[in-house]
Order: sequence, then C-alpha cells, then structure tokens
Amino acid sequence: MSRPPLLRVRDLQLQYRIRGGTVRAVDGIDFDVGRNEALVILGESGCGKSSLAKALLRVLPRNVHHFGGSVQVDGVETMHYSEELFRREVRWQRISLVMQAAMNALNPVVRVGEQVAEPLRTHLGWSKQVATKRAREAFDLVGVSGDFLERYPFELSGGMRQRVVLAMALVTEPDLVIMDEPTSALDVLTQASIMNRLKRIKRELDTSFILITHDVATSSELADRVALMYAGQIVELADARSFFSDPAHPYSQMLMASVPRLHQRERPEHIPGEPPSLADPPAGCRFADRCPSRFDKCRQAPGMYEPNEGQQVRCWLHAAGGRS
Amino acid sequence: MTAIAANTRATEHTGPVLSVQDLHTWFELRQWGFLRVGSVRAVDGVSFDLKRGESVAFVGESGCGKSSLARTLLGLHRPSHGSVHFEGHSLRDLNAKELKAYRARIGYVQQDPYGALPPFMDIGRILAEPLKVQGVHDRPERERRIEAALEEVRLSPARAYMGKFPHMLSGGQQQRVVIARALVLEPAMLVADEPVSMLDASVRVEILQLLRRIRAEHNLTLVFITHDLSTVRHFTDRIFVMYAGRIVEAAQVDDLLENPQHPYSQALLAALADPDADNALHERAVPGGEAPSLLTPPPGCRFHPRCPHAMAGTCDVEDPPDFEPRPGHYSACWLHR
Repeated sequence: MSRPPLLRVRDLQLQYRIRGGTVRAVDGIDFDVGRNEALVILGESGCGKSSLAKALLRVLPRNVHHFGGSVQVDGVETMHYSEELFRREVRWQRISLVMQAAMNALNPVVRVGEQVAEPLRTHLGWSKQVATKRAREAFDLVGVSGDFLERYPFELSGGMRQRVVLAMALVTEPDLVIMDEPTSALDVLTQASIMNRLKRIKRELDTSFILITHDVATSSELADRVALMYAGQIVELADARSFFSDPAHPYSQMLMASVPRLHQRERPEHIPGEPPSLADPPAGCRFADRCPSRFDKCRQAPGMYEPNEGQQVRCWLHAAGGRS
Repeated sequence: MTAIAANTRATEHTGPVLSVQDLHTWFELRQWGFLRVGSVRAVDGVSFDLKRGESVAFVGESGCGKSSLARTLLGLHRPSHGSVHFEGHSLRDLNAKELKAYRARIGYVQQDPYGALPPFMDIGRILAEPLKVQGVHDRPERERRIEAALEEVRLSPARAYMGKFPHMLSGGQQQRVVIARALVLEPAMLVADEPVSMLDASVRVEILQLLRRIRAEHNLTLVFITHDLSTVRHFTDRIFVMYAGRIVEAAQVDDLLENPQHPYSQALLAALADPDADNALHERAVPGGEAPSLLTPPPGCRFHPRCPHAMAGTCDVEDPPDFEPRPGHYSACWLHR
C-alpha cells in the first residue's frame, strides 16, 4: 500500500456567525500536500485563504458557526481530536503556522532567541539550554546570525523579524509549515532573499510548505502546485507549470492577465466586477457574473473536472462535453 | 482675493512645471527634546525637472526617502536645503496663505485607502472638507464639484455614493474616493504615494488605468511613489530610482527596465519575478546587507557596501556624479566613468 499523503483535506468547511446570517469563508475545500512539496494557495482578499489557514491549524475565532470536513495528517484523521490532543499531537509538532504580519506580533519585551525557543519548551518540554541551542540552529537555517538571539524585536529590521518568525515555525522541525503572506509587507530585495532561503530549506530539509498569498509573481517562486481560491472555493488546482503557463479556469486566465509584468509590452487588464458576498454566494458558478465565457449551464454549481493530467478546474467549460 | 484659491490659475508659465534643485530634507534627532544628536538625511541632494502633463515614478525600497520627497513636494516638510520651484514660484518664499493655495494645486493620493478616509464621515463630507478649507463656502458650488470629482473616478451616480460611509465601499472604491478627494480642488499635479500597493491584482490595474486617463484628460503632472517596478511600465514616462536619499538612476521607463545601468537598479530588477514556474528552480541574485542608516550614510557611493562591482579607493571615497551612459539615461555610478 502506498503511503498516504502528508496532508489530505476533504470537504473542509468553516463558517462564521455574523449579524443576520453566516459567512461561508471556507466552503468545501479538497486538496493533498505531499512530502517536501510546496502548495501555493493563491487568492484575492476576501476569498477565504486566511480562514483556510486557520481552519487547518484550528486556530479559530469565537464566532465560528460551523467547522467540519476531514483533515488527515499522515493518513490519521484529526477532526475528532480534542483541542488538547490536537495541541499536543499536531500543532507545532507536525504543522506550524506563520500568521500574516507575524513579524509585528513578536513580544517586544522578550529577547527573540527566547521567543524562538518557546515552542520547544511549551510543546516539547525541552530544557532552556537545549532549546536555545536548537533556536541557534534555526536562526542559522533562516540566515540570521546567532548573535541576534540576545536581541529584542525593535533592534531588528522588518526582514530580520520575518526571518525570526520563520525560525520559530521551523524550530520544532514540523513536517508542514503554513505561511500566510510571509513576505508581502517586505521590500523587494528582502522578499527575494527570504524566498531564496525558503527554496534552500525546502531543498535541504524534508519540509512541506503551504504558502498563502495574493501575489501571483511571488507565489511562483516556491510553488510545486497551485490552488487558486475564489469565493471560498478552490477553482483551479494544478501543477505550477500548467498553472503559470496555461491556466484553465477563466478566472485564472483573467487573474494572470491582470498581473503587470516587467518584460512584457502588452498592457495588463483588470477583472470587471467584484467577488460575490460569502454570506450569500450565488447558487451556480460563483464567478459566472464576471465571466466572459458564461453560458446556460453556469447557473448550476460546477464540480471539479480534470481536463489534463494534474490540472483540476471548477468550470463547466472543462466538464465532459464542455459548452454543448 | 475673491477668487477661490483652487481656481487661481498660475500666470502662463513655460518651462518645467516642477523644478527641484539639490533638495535636502533632513530631520533633526534630539535627545531629551533639546540636545541635537544628529540628522536623518531622508532626502539628501535630489534634483529633477518635470514637464507639464508628464508622469514619473520614484522607485525605491522603504527608507530610501521617496515618501519624504513626496511630502516635501506637498509642502508638508520644509526643505533643509535646496529649492523647489512650482510653476515658477519658489516654495521657500511662500507665506502661510500662499502655501495653502500652493497645496490646493497639488493633489495627494495616500497609500492606504483604509487609513486615509475618516470612518465617521460620509463620502460627501470627506470630499467637502478640502473645499471648505480652501474657502469654497457656496454649498451648491461645493456639491457640483464633489459630484464632478466622483463622476471623474467613475463612482456614479455620484449622488448614490455621497451618503455612504467608507466601510460600505470595497477597497478599490475607497481608493477612488481618495483620488476624487485629491481631484476635487482641480490641482495641476497629483502625488500618488503607493496608490495601489494595498489593493488586489485585479483592482490595481483598474486604478492605474483611471489615473492614466485622468492625467491625459486634464494634462496633469503625475508623480508616483512606489516600491514596485513592475506596475510602473504602462503608467509612467520616466523612472527615478532612489537609494538612501539620492536618485541613483533616471531614464525613460522602457530604457530603464530593459537596460538598467546602476548596479542597484540591476539588483532590484533581478529580484523581481514575472510569474513563471521556473522561478522555483533557482535562487535569485540578491545583494547582501541592508540599506544604510540615513543618520550616518557611508562615504562615497551609498550603495558601495552592497555593490558587487565596488572599486576600492573610488566608490568608498568619492561621491559619484551623474553620468550619462546612454542618451537621456543618467546613472550615478563610477562604472560609467
């Protein structure tokens, strides 16, 4: 029997309670992440990508209305785990998270070395001495000098703080690191050098990554596969090569055409209209209102179709029979 | 002066609409509120001319002085040294009243629409504010101009938007309101500080197209401040690359993107990705280190500590002047000597 994938997510749902209804932030998400694989979850603001990260690690806000589906780690279902068991067995041990703007969430009055060592001490119960030694190795991994262990967050630049946060996510040697917009607040050169580090870490260790971002160009720096989200759902899931050179979903195509490129003379084009409200998503295809190729069938919700090997698309155009 | 300040058209003025010579904007650092301990040299010797109707971008990383430059142009910071001439008048010679009129001639599009719009004011009031400040006391006249500005940014029908509050609008619409507010005084120049960096890719292009159309229709001079080289190509004529308070390279957009001359511009361009699956296969060349402190910038060329081509004895000693390695393409680097 072949080994199950590191992470298998099926029909993941996360709904929030708001005044006058519910918001379906994550609405039936399926994907796998293999070992040493980097999956990019791409989407524009409000598509539910950060909620997805929270759902995967079960760091949920208080107004959760419904949280369900299946999250298997190494073939073991974790959805029925109690909060305590999940904390002990999964969070930080197997899967760690770098939250959006995490570099600004470092404790300002604690030396960064102690903060990086903290997951080892609280989750694994390591002694301070051993944990600090490991923290030093983690600093080395992300390209921060060991001297910085003794510094406070305000003494570091934004890029250094972001590296420290990465070190914290890597220090427990998890199988999977989820990063929510890890470089979008940083300068171009800093961003490039952090992406370089991540590539190196992925090459040298056996770590898998989920990179959540809105930035199409940066996403291609690490991606083995890409999942594009729209209105709470994945609309295209494909290997990086097909996604970046030959996207299949009309939304993917329009999104790629809206990205300004350095070495291209054609003008980028914007996507008219706005995404639907997640409180009351349309019954049919959620992109239909903005889609130039919509037809009758789009009034019903499309499933995931596989027009090519390694490319899944939620669009009637790619169903058997296509437009007919 | 009965005419509304915003309506005073400058006397016919030929030559550059904006001329900046050797501009320095330094901020004094004091200890205990009175002991001078040094100066942050945010803008440190910048010169350029802008023609009427021209669109330019100042590109650089955080801390390179681009926003301080923008705020100096807006009359929010006093230049420490050097001069700014707008439509032939020196910014330094203006008294308080003239400075107010000057500010009405330059519209400001802030970076973050979410932070730039007061949440407790409706759109109509937000747009009325600059008109009131500039002395437009006639209500119907104010409303006429507010409507015109909203139509200009394609928020129409304008009446329907005037009663709304910022939180009821999407990010793109909020940024349109910010642009409408900058336009409501019918300025001669717009300064846009990272106008799209907070927006999604699909909306970005729409806002940039809007700015381009407005510029063409009103013959506005447009100054973009941005860290993102990839968005400037289709929306500006010239690029100035800034590093540590100075302009290191200036050229027409296409020439700069295709033939960058200064090692810093080359590094910036090399660090940027166009979406491509091959990006994941190799690491990018990134210069080591970080941008220097503006309190004690390094001697000589400010990029020399990170520059792969630095020549000992030259780059670390003497400030490079502007060379012209290609016609109309300036680069402050000793390699062009």
